[in-house]
Amino acid sequence: MSDTPENPKKPMEASRRAVLMGGTAVAASLFAPKFLSASDYPTAAVNTTGLAVTDDEVTIGILHSITGTMAISETGSVQAEKLAIDQINAQGGILGRKIKYIQEDGASDWPTFAEKAKKLLVNDKVASVMGCWTSASRKAVLPVFEQYNGFLYYPTFYEGLEQSPNVIYTGQEATQQIIAGIDWVTQTKGAKSFFLLGSDYIWPRTSNKIARKHIEKLGLKVVGEEYYPLGHTQFNSVINKIRLKKPDVIYAIVVGGSNVAFYKQLKAAGIDMTKEKPLLLTISVTEDEIRGIGGENIVGAYACMKYFQSLDNPNNVAFVEEFKKMWGEDIVIGDVTQAAYLGPWLWKAAVEKAGSFDIDKIREASPGIELTTAPEGYVKVHENHHLWSKTRVGHAKEDGQYEVVFETADLVEPDPFPEGYQ
Amino acid sequence: MLLSKNRFFSTTDLIGFGLLALLIFVVLPIGLDTFRLNLFGKYLTYAFVAIGLVLCWGAGGILSLGQGVFFGLGGYCMAMFLKLEASSPEATKIQSTPGIPDFMDWNQITEIPIWWQPFHSLTFSLIAVILVPVIFAFIIGVAMFRRRVGGVYFAIITQAIAAILTILIIGQQGYTGGVNGITDLRTLKGWDIRTDDAKVLLYFVNGGLLFACLFLAQLIRRSKLGRILIAMRNQEDRVRFSGYDVANFKIFVFCAGAAFAAIGGAMFTLQVGFMSPSFVGIVPSIEMVILCAVGGRLSIIGAVYGALLVNLAKTTFSELFPELWLLGLGGLFIAVVLIFPNGLAGLYSDYIEPRITAIFKRKFPESKDPGKFDPAKTAAEAAE
Repeated sequence: MSDTPENPKKPMEASRRAVLMGGTAVAASLFAPKFLSASDYPTAAVNTTGLAVTDDEVTIGILHSITGTMAISETGSVQAEKLAIDQINAQGGILGRKIKYIQEDGASDWPTFAEKAKKLLVNDKVASVMGCWTSASRKAVLPVFEQYNGFLYYPTFYEGLEQSPNVIYTGQEATQQIIAGIDWVTQTKGAKSFFLLGSDYIWPRTSNKIARKHIEKLGLKVVGEEYYPLGHTQFNSVINKIRLKKPDVIYAIVVGGSNVAFYKQLKAAGIDMTKEKPLLLTISVTEDEIRGIGGENIVGAYACMKYFQSLDNPNNVAFVEEFKKMWGEDIVIGDVTQAAYLGPWLWKAAVEKAGSFDIDKIREASPGIELTTAPEGYVKVHENHHLWSKTRVGHAKEDGQYEVVFETADLVEPDPFPEGYQ
Repeated sequence: MLLSKNRFFSTTDLIGFGLLALLIFVVLPIGLDTFRLNLFGKYLTYAFVAIGLVLCWGAGGILSLGQGVFFGLGGYCMAMFLKLEASSPEATKIQSTPGIPDFMDWNQITEIPIWWQPFHSLTFSLIAVILVPVIFAFIIGVAMFRRRVGGVYFAIITQAIAAILTILIIGQQGYTGGVNGITDLRTLKGWDIRTDDAKVLLYFVNGGLLFACLFLAQLIRRSKLGRILIAMRNQEDRVRFSGYDVANFKIFVFCAGAAFAAIGGAMFTLQVGFMSPSFVGIVPSIEMVILCAVGGRLSIIGAVYGALLVNLAKTTFSELFPELWLLGLGGLFIAVVLIFPNGLAGLYSDYIEPRITAIFKRKFPESKDPGKFDPAKTAAEAAE
């Protein structure tokens, strides 16, 4: 596959340099060795299925909730996708074509997501869609994408158990986020007993199932497992149970607004996470959530993610700077926001590798695509449409940022259908 | 048989039905591509609920803020049948237990529960679509109306029921699909409901059923029963003192509303391809009341236009202004309350009807039916 004439690495290296230079159009045009010109890729040849591709433009869709309860989480993804699109356009676009986007609002409502996905694919004929956040919204649009053969870049870490030919999952599936974290906490902190806790829907339940299997495989103990409805705000009874059972680790997968109540009540109940007795390990609190929780309420907790804003590498330094320049100084960047940023770049690489906008060719070209410019570091698309990426553990600080205390030496292979964990 | 002297259909009613039929069966299918037609099909499923609300609320004075319950139950019954058909062992061989719905597999359930089994049968499922919500409505109705619970208290209780059912569905995710709902429905007896042809056919089936419900609602309204309902709404005690059993009439009309909503829910599932608790809860239930209020709670045809107008506005605003569309929709609702509190139908009867009756009086001195509705005007609005 790598012998295609337009090696994706070339424009990408240029892009990294451009980003390092500040990513302005001027810098990009000075340093990019050669733009792929639209005239080298006649529209009739690169678009044989009637997508919205013209001689100088290609249209894609952005489909997130910008109203309703999920807006607070999904806004970061929209911002990251727009930043990536701007940067790609500043470098000359894709196959000489500028990216134009049509943004639709999923309104935190799953049927609306399905309706808008259909609109983007059938009406607007978009060449790809960056979108969705919750599992429920992805499940709602999935049949639409498969029926109309669309292509979705989905940014959120999620429960796995899925592998659609029409989706690239740029976030982690559950094993990538869980196993390395539990290994770390047992090896470096000597943890022996765990209390599993989560919001009541498929992602926390599946994740805890995997966590439990892994904990039991290691010969350690799960001393409790509890779920609360989304939006639940009364955690006193479970906090009492935790104090009775005295686990070494509270493994928390509480999502959304419930987080605020949970961490405040934990602190009020006298559990000081900086003492690490018990230690709190979460896979659901990114920098975005800490803004709501308040750094002082969660200081000392550990989070297992693939990306933290504080990551110290040149890609990330440039990314954070660009992001703040575009969206404001006081903004924070969480794990999913970074994964959303990868979407347009991975799509660009796939289109250039395929030399075509056709969905079937992009699908074929996607596995094996590498991105050396990702803020999280090097990533690669697996045959199963998920990303190879590292797992990292961060230690929450009072200012709402995480300090990275551990990262896996190698990329972790995505395994959406983990044998022995189901 | 449908002459202007007919006790069930006045001339203006006939014109209203005719114009609506023209809009639904001719204008929309010709003017729209399949995608948009399917969207209108979806909007029309809410019209079923709105018609039911006109009967319950407009005629009977029973404000139910829980119609989503019945819409959802009907939709879930349909979805269960479709999901079982979509979960053949071949289609689900990637799961750890093939042959069961995907969400059960995700929740470590290894066999289909007993109460799911009957939904293998289409006949049973279709009967359940109507019967389950009606029985549920009957139980609620008997419990409430026999104890003379009414008005605001009844509205609050229906709202609580909507909230309870949502929590139940979300909590029992292994059996119901939880927050995600029942998704990825494919075929009905081997017939692929996702194709364009199927969508067009389903649209017409939907339209046909809507008209069946409209006729039924019209019969109820114009019959003696309908007059008793209105009498009940205005002076419940007098009706009771006249020897009528008020509770029975209320239970009947509440069950009828539930049946209409359930048909809408089932057609929704077929046309949209999934069902989720987000149609059951308090917010969607209140939205359904808004549809009815915008159309005018006294007019069944107005309710259909209300459902079309509000949902069309929702889609259009959100496509044009993805960041501001809720404000636009809010503006529309405020305008309804301030400018035409009786909805589209009220707007007509306040401002346009007097002029038309004046003209009519010159031509047909007998015809003066109050509370009518101008279909031509709103048809033009809705078709925009």
